[in-house]
Amino acid sequence: MRLTRRYRFAASHRLHAPSLSEEANRELYGKCNNPYGHGHDFILEVRVRGRVDARTGLVVDQGALDALVRRSVLDSFHMKDLNTQVEAFAREVPTSENVAKEARRRLSGAWRETFGENGAELDAVRILETSKNEFEA
Amino acid sequence: MLITRKAGFSASHCTARPDWSAERNAEVYGESANPHGHGHNYELEVTLSGEPDPVTGMVMDLKELKGILNEEVVHPFDHRHLNHEVPPFDRVVPTTENVAREIWRRLARRFQDGPPGVRLHNVRLWETADVYVDYGGEDER
Repeated sequence: MRLTRRYRFAASHRLHAPSLSEEANRELYGKCNNPYGHGHDFILEVRVRGRVDARTGLVVDQGALDALVRRSVLDSFHMKDLNTQVEAFAREVPTSENVAKEARRRLSGAWRETFGENGAELDAVRILETSKNEFEA
Repeated sequence: MLITRKAGFSASHCTARPDWSAERNAEVYGESANPHGHGHNYELEVTLSGEPDPVTGMVMDLKELKGILNEEVVHPFDHRHLNHEVPPFDRVVPTTENVAREIWRRLARRFQDGPPGVRLHNVRLWETADVYVDYGGEDER
């Protein structure tokens, strides 16, 4: 059984690779390279996989999942500028690919201590940047 | 090839175990343990696998699939209180997971002798716009 929970965060970013020239960045990222940045109402999907507990009928404690996602991801991403306020994006371009990877890294790091050795697995982390773009890590 | 058909139903439920105290139920199920129940507009996505028939070009006639979804899920579940009116939820807690599993079982029975080569592949059940489960029958094996 897989259970997917959706969360939302509003954040700004600018796509700019420091190793490329200004011109190459403009060409590669187009509007997303605007020096002032731009933002989205991102949707974060967290997909969990495991067996349904025979007593509770639940695959995961959703309260614990919500608290983990809030603590590990939403508190640092929501209403923030990703480039300047999230440390990982000082080193990596905050494309939605990298945002999904960073969210997954953060959740993986605290997963076992939250859900235990025999608890549900983290199956996938997805970022829906707009209603047209989706990224899965 | 995979084909998916959507359906929906509105139903009330209470997720709590009668053999547990109110405190224990609130701890595990939170607000959903309210003994008076509450409701959702459930959205169902049923995915089948198969190959298009060389004559009709269809994996399965969607009218037929719609009929099965109505008979097995929409008619028995829509505008019902799951715990009181839809077995097995008088004994099984109607969590999203258990409702999806029950829908799988009802549909799987119909597809045992369904059109040749067509298999039930996945049941996705949205309880709200922010939570859904996917079940492909893995616990039945």
